[in-house]
Amino acid sequence: MTHHPTAVPSGTPAPASAIRRPAVEFRAVTKRYGSFTAVTDVSFAIETGTLVTLLGPSGCGKTTTLRMIAGLEQTSTGQILIGGEDVTTRSAAERDVSMVFQSYALFPHMSILDNVAYGLVVGGMAKRPAEEAARAKLELVGLAGLEKRLPSELSGGQQQRVAVARAIVLEPRVLLFDEPLSNLDAKMRRRVREDIRQLQQSLKLTVVYVTHDQEEALAVSDRIIVMAGGTIAQDGAPRDLYERPASRFIADFIGDANIVPAALAGRDGALGRIAVGAASLALPHRGVADGPVELAVRPHAIRLAEPDEPGGVPGRILYAAYLGDHMEYEVGVSLAGRDITLFARSADVDSPRAIGDAVSVGFAPQGVTVIPG
Amino acid sequence: MQRRLGFWVAMGWAALLLLPWHFATRSIVNDAALVQGVTGGAAWLLPLVLPLLAALAATLSPDRQGRPRAGWLIAAGAGGLGWLILQSLLFAQPGLGLGAALYAVTALVLCAHGLALRGWCKGDVFIVSAIGLVLGSILVFVGYPVIRILLSAVQDNNGNLMVAGLFGKLTDTSVWGLGCVTGSGSVCGVAWNTLALATVVGLLTTATGLAFALIAVRTGFRFKTALRLVSILPVITPPFVIGLAIILLFGRAGVVTDLMSTLFDIPRSRWIYGMPGVALAQVLAFTPIAFLVLVGVLQGVSPTLEEASQTLRATPWVTFRTVTLPLIRPGLANAFLISFIESLADFGNPLVLGGNFDVLSTKIFFAVVGAAQDQGRAAVLAIILLSFTLSAFLAQRLWLGRRSYTTVSGKGDAGLASPLPSGVRWVATAVAALWTVVTVLVYGTILVGGFVKSLGRDNTPTLIHYQTAFGVEHGANGWWFSGSAWDSLFTTLGVSLVAMPLTAALGLLTAYLLVRQNFIGRGAFEFITMLSFAIPGTVIGVSYILAFNTPPIELTGTGLILIIAFVFRNMPVGIRAGIATLSQIDKSLDEASLTLGARSFTTLRRVILPLLRPAIVTAMVYAFVRAITSVSAVIFLVTAKYNLATAYIVGRAEVGEYGLAIAYSSVLIAIMVLALLTIQLLVGERRLGRRAAAPSADSSVSPDSPASKVNA
Repeated sequence: MTHHPTAVPSGTPAPASAIRRPAVEFRAVTKRYGSFTAVTDVSFAIETGTLVTLLGPSGCGKTTTLRMIAGLEQTSTGQILIGGEDVTTRSAAERDVSMVFQSYALFPHMSILDNVAYGLVVGGMAKRPAEEAARAKLELVGLAGLEKRLPSELSGGQQQRVAVARAIVLEPRVLLFDEPLSNLDAKMRRRVREDIRQLQQSLKLTVVYVTHDQEEALAVSDRIIVMAGGTIAQDGAPRDLYERPASRFIADFIGDANIVPAALAGRDGALGRIAVGAASLALPHRGVADGPVELAVRPHAIRLAEPDEPGGVPGRILYAAYLGDHMEYEVGVSLAGRDITLFARSADVDSPRAIGDAVSVGFAPQGVTVIPG
Repeated sequence: MQRRLGFWVAMGWAALLLLPWHFATRSIVNDAALVQGVTGGAAWLLPLVLPLLAALAATLSPDRQGRPRAGWLIAAGAGGLGWLILQSLLFAQPGLGLGAALYAVTALVLCAHGLALRGWCKGDVFIVSAIGLVLGSILVFVGYPVIRILLSAVQDNNGNLMVAGLFGKLTDTSVWGLGCVTGSGSVCGVAWNTLALATVVGLLTTATGLAFALIAVRTGFRFKTALRLVSILPVITPPFVIGLAIILLFGRAGVVTDLMSTLFDIPRSRWIYGMPGVALAQVLAFTPIAFLVLVGVLQGVSPTLEEASQTLRATPWVTFRTVTLPLIRPGLANAFLISFIESLADFGNPLVLGGNFDVLSTKIFFAVVGAAQDQGRAAVLAIILLSFTLSAFLAQRLWLGRRSYTTVSGKGDAGLASPLPSGVRWVATAVAALWTVVTVLVYGTILVGGFVKSLGRDNTPTLIHYQTAFGVEHGANGWWFSGSAWDSLFTTLGVSLVAMPLTAALGLLTAYLLVRQNFIGRGAFEFITMLSFAIPGTVIGVSYILAFNTPPIELTGTGLILIIAFVFRNMPVGIRAGIATLSQIDKSLDEASLTLGARSFTTLRRVILPLLRPAIVTAMVYAFVRAITSVSAVIFLVTAKYNLATAYIVGRAEVGEYGLAIAYSSVLIAIMVLALLTIQLLVGERRLGRRAAAPSADSSVSPDSPASKVNA
């Protein structure tokens, strides 16, 4: 049994048929802890060279899924394939994957260089070439010159980059990130996520990335798998998820949409005529039946006008806050016989509306979508 | 995996071909299992080949995925182990030896390979093997002896089954009689004696420990470092030494008795022999343990609660009585139960001080070594003692384990503890002072006693005791150790030094499995290892005689059985040290190493062990020190050839050679202080190095980073 992943038979140039195999494939995977089921009957395939994010609120099973790819958790039922090979019963050490941990998990008793070279050395590579390879990767992540330091002597951002260097030095088939930005401050987060995306693109890495932050997921991913309650809620490109949410949950979780009751009054090809109170919109009907429907309305799609403006829904400002480059409002409206509070964002900071003002609420079709089902 | 499987199959062949199958035999090749099987008429050994062939086949004809066949390996391992056990029970033969031991390990590992291939323990061979080996060794060296005790209780001395007599033996009047209370008979049953002593000692020890803890935590006591010294005393003091010193102080010819008799004309008596003396010795010996428990509990009481009580107009005394005491009640119960168990298990003090006052541990000893030589009776008494300690232990773990009001949260608690009410303060000071005076007297006696002819009777300074024990003479063959104690000292040091790394390794490995691995039956595994904490040394000793005196495992009379006894008796020390340190090391470090392609064994060696170094040092030194001070378990197992220091000292004390016994004891204490100072030096240096690195770590490491967790 070999230690170094590049020496694993499957790591050698694969026959043409194998190239189309997904890098990671889950087949009906379920994970139970006693009577608690963390992941239920999940199936997906991840294409080589893409960055796929597992997104969801805490407890949705995304980290368990990631750890099952790594081999740190065993499946209860189902199969996991990496590079077309069934690894369901393989230990973490026998899988061609590396992971960047939330806490970075740098070995505190080893120098930076030893940390990065660790995977190569335990895989049987001689010390000198291992250190050369480690040095090269440290240079790649911009940490040349810090080889002799201990992890405790580095800043959080630097530690994060060491963790990345340590993971990619093995040139794994799949690189896993477990909430890699959660220990960084807001400014660092933006930079590091750009770095990660750039690295993934330039090295054509296959990356599985776990986060609970939808903005982070939208920014870095080729594809997002949204999980909720241990199952996949929606799986698609970032734009799909944002513009065509499959459910109320997705609409709410990605982009804080307002869920607004409306009615489908008629069809015109792919478009439907939607009535929201007195307002009328032409939107893709997405196959819903005629009659009452729900809309996902993004906060920036809500237009506030003077109360005498025609074709709007009358409302009243319940709350207003000034946030520098935009205003946030809560607007009370009455739709389909219910009192609803809408959350609105307006770029107009020069003529803010005050609490208690009467307004007419309109909707910009670019930020509104019909929720199917 | 193929290569490692090949290695183990080769080990199996070596066990059958190259190593003596039986223990007693010396010749290597002729006694190998296969040689015996083919030529010696021991044909029943031949089937042992089959599992090795099966394992070979499983490796050579892999399944469709190119991996060895798991089912065959499991069958091979289980079959090999099963036949090994079965043949040892079915066929009369000498005790199993090195070959059999290696074969058993091989079979276990083969089976573990199969189970790991099936996905057990995340497919990790090392973890499955380690669980198997730890569990197997505990079953053989703790479980099997205890089962033998239970069995021999229902057998007579000739091995015939006598279930009918068991009830009578268990409820015998010599055990449960109440003669001393009803006045109808002479003395009380030994079970009542033991329980009464343990209760008295538990109460007194808890009270004294509380007094010290209150002084340490709640007063401006200036010599708090001196209190740390107190906590080391029980570690370095062999259990019977305090008893010895008490005889020299309060015995008929003791120093204090002498003084009382000349100054106040108080008649000399033998009052110290019996319950008062044993209780006094035990209270002195166990108070530091109760102190350590209660200091922790008292520190955990949130001062805010006491401040709240004070702002509600409660006086210090009312606050103490209605807030502080109720809050530490679980801690008090815990301290009581721990002292209670210690008293039940104590053997040395009742032996030297008991007189006619018998307790279970000494009764067991005399049932084995005395004129009656009644092992069945010893077994019955051991069962009673074991049931006492296990009940107390279970009560402590299950009932008290979850009852604690003193949780230390991460929140800053800036309040000031309320001052002790002056009455409580005076009582605590008085109790602590009394304990200190007697303890100083005791250790003074130990120090001085070896340097005078006969303390109390004849106080002329002399080196005669040290000469007798540790004399070195120049004879015809050069220098030689003529002193009578050298043999036992060398054996003790040798056995302790061998047991030390084994104890630490087994303990830390067990801790690693308990803290870091999740597997089916982990709860039961933890429970079994924890239970071995509660088995009194005397019971271990008796059970070892019963279990290892005859084949299939025949070890009595060897040095090996002493080492094994030490390893399994002191393993909990390693487990505790390991658990404490491991739970401070972030688990993601192991996982990072695993995902980087290191197997769990490599991870253990390159990541965990370097970080565990303080725990390793602690476990080693405590294993060493406890091996030296141990007496109850090994006193049954020593022989003329393999005598131990403690057994030798107890022997001297029994025939009244107190000077020699005390001299030897002080030498042992000196050795152990040396060992402790060495570790203090080693571990202390590490801490200095850390502090130097701390400032940069503080400024740049986020609270969740592994480095800060390890350093915390």
